[in-house]
Amino acid sequence: MEVKINNIRKEFDRFAALNDVSLNIASGELIALLGPSGSGKTTLLRLIAGLDFPTAGQIFFGEEDASRHSVQERNVGFVFQHYALFRHMTVAQNIGFGLKVRPSASRPPKSEIKKRVSDLLDMVQLSGLENRYPNQLSGGQRQRVALARAMAIEPRILLLDEPFGALDAKVRKELRRWLREFHDRTGHTTVFVTHDQEEALELADRVVVMSQGKIEQVGSADDVYDRPQSPFVFSFIGESSHLPVEVKDGAVLFQGQPIGISEGADAAGDLFFRPEDVVLTDEKDALFGKVTACRRLAGTRIAEIDIANNGHDPFHVEVEVPLHAPVELGSEARFRPTRWKIFRK
Amino acid sequence: MSDNRRISFRNPADESFSTKLVLVALSLAFLAFFLFLPLVSVFVEAFREGWGTYEEALVEPDAWAAIQLTLTVAAIAVPLNLVFGLAASWAIAKFEFKGKAFLITLIDLPFSISPVISGLVYVLLFGSGSLLGPWLKSYGIEILFAVPGIVLATVFVTFPFVARELIPLMQDQGTGDEEAALSLGASGWQTFWYVTLPNIKWGLLYGVLLCNARAMGEFGAVSVVSGRIRGLTNTMPLHVEILYNEYNMVAAFAVASLLALLALVTLALKTFLELRFGAGAAGGRH
Repeated sequence: MEVKINNIRKEFDRFAALNDVSLNIASGELIALLGPSGSGKTTLLRLIAGLDFPTAGQIFFGEEDASRHSVQERNVGFVFQHYALFRHMTVAQNIGFGLKVRPSASRPPKSEIKKRVSDLLDMVQLSGLENRYPNQLSGGQRQRVALARAMAIEPRILLLDEPFGALDAKVRKELRRWLREFHDRTGHTTVFVTHDQEEALELADRVVVMSQGKIEQVGSADDVYDRPQSPFVFSFIGESSHLPVEVKDGAVLFQGQPIGISEGADAAGDLFFRPEDVVLTDEKDALFGKVTACRRLAGTRIAEIDIANNGHDPFHVEVEVPLHAPVELGSEARFRPTRWKIFRK
Repeated sequence: MSDNRRISFRNPADESFSTKLVLVALSLAFLAFFLFLPLVSVFVEAFREGWGTYEEALVEPDAWAAIQLTLTVAAIAVPLNLVFGLAASWAIAKFEFKGKAFLITLIDLPFSISPVISGLVYVLLFGSGSLLGPWLKSYGIEILFAVPGIVLATVFVTFPFVARELIPLMQDQGTGDEEAALSLGASGWQTFWYVTLPNIKWGLLYGVLLCNARAMGEFGAVSVVSGRIRGLTNTMPLHVEILYNEYNMVAAFAVASLLALLALVTLALKTFLELRFGAGAAGGRH
């Protein structure tokens, strides 16, 4: 099911949680809404589900204006952050709930419900646990029960709110892979919310980066990592440092001095670069500062460098240095960005 | 610990044996003196002249009328407060609206004002000098010094019990389960019936038990509005006082023992619920 979000605005007590948000989701796509807390990502998910209603704007499921319909009529599968399993019902009763509450005309007979529940349990690899209660399950198992319960109503789209947020790191990675396979197998249009960029980048076809109620950028993992379109995306996705620079006659100047890199049109702005896109150099035209810390980070070594700022607080940047040649603490390091982006002011 | 040396490590939050002993002895002595002794004396006094006199005191027409009235009043007041308590705590726990804090304060009002005032309020509202009283009387409806007045006063005094029990429970549970049910296609009623009610049923039952205990035992507010007409508007607590004032000790304590028994049954039921369904089930927050 294709989903179209047109100029959605959502206010809570005059505070705009979402401001003129538009997004097209293709049928069968796996989309991540990524952003810090307060960016409006969960609000957007709840609006798609019909758990909240927009102040302005529309949401289309295919050709149908879903924003006129209640949550029951929209027929979406929603997996809640803390699963919201019914604690007084067994696993099987939880999964069958959506079928049991249907009006008698469309409600499948009991035997059919039982079969569907058992098929779904197979699908989420929890066969044999139908008579357990939620508090007898591990976090990962609860998560899968919640997913099976949402799938039981044959939803048109699947919505997941921080699906792995409450799990420990190892289970999270397993489930992540499992969800990707599950999605590829069932082909549902799926939207999930996360604040974990690793999760978003690894799992999703496209990532929607959000900040302060707005969409900053929509794109593949490569797009948002390699071609960030705003200072927010550059600093939110991955590691980065930034410095105020000027561009004059094609040369990039920091504190009035050339730093050995060039750019097109003249302007003032912020120079963004990632720690790994930096080379140490001995040349005169370069950035330089004092090494304040040098730490091992998985397969790399990161040096923290303070660049003097005319008596104000120094600029703080991070650069990757060769693993086998650590820089000395307190020494001066000279470096140049090899890949960068200047966002004009 | 497999080590046999005589070094024992104590849990830092634990106390020494003598401290425990003193604390336990103190609270037991306190309970014995202030609770157990009076309770026992009620039953001792009631049975002082044997089972026959005890039975006589209870089946005596005025006493029997008082028992019936008390049961009737509780049978009306408790369901009313059940519905009110559910509605109020539902509104407070699940929705945001203006004046919520004020509503919570209002619900607590009967706890904080003297029961006598609760009764007087209805005298002012429905008494002969009021606007409502004579108007209702002209239609033949008696409120004061009649059963409706007693029911009103009892409802007023007991209405916080269910709501107070449910509000923290429902706030704690939040709206996640309800949203899940709705997203799965359940209607509002189905959500309430299959999801909300099972989640709160023990808290609800506990609130109802407390509410019932108070409804049967209420003295102050009821005594103001009842008029104490023997055999007509006398509830059990009022009847006990009348008998006592007439120096009819055995009869007074006989009716009192029945009231105490009701309280004990309530207490036993509550304990049973807590044992059966764990500490979290019966709530117990005040």
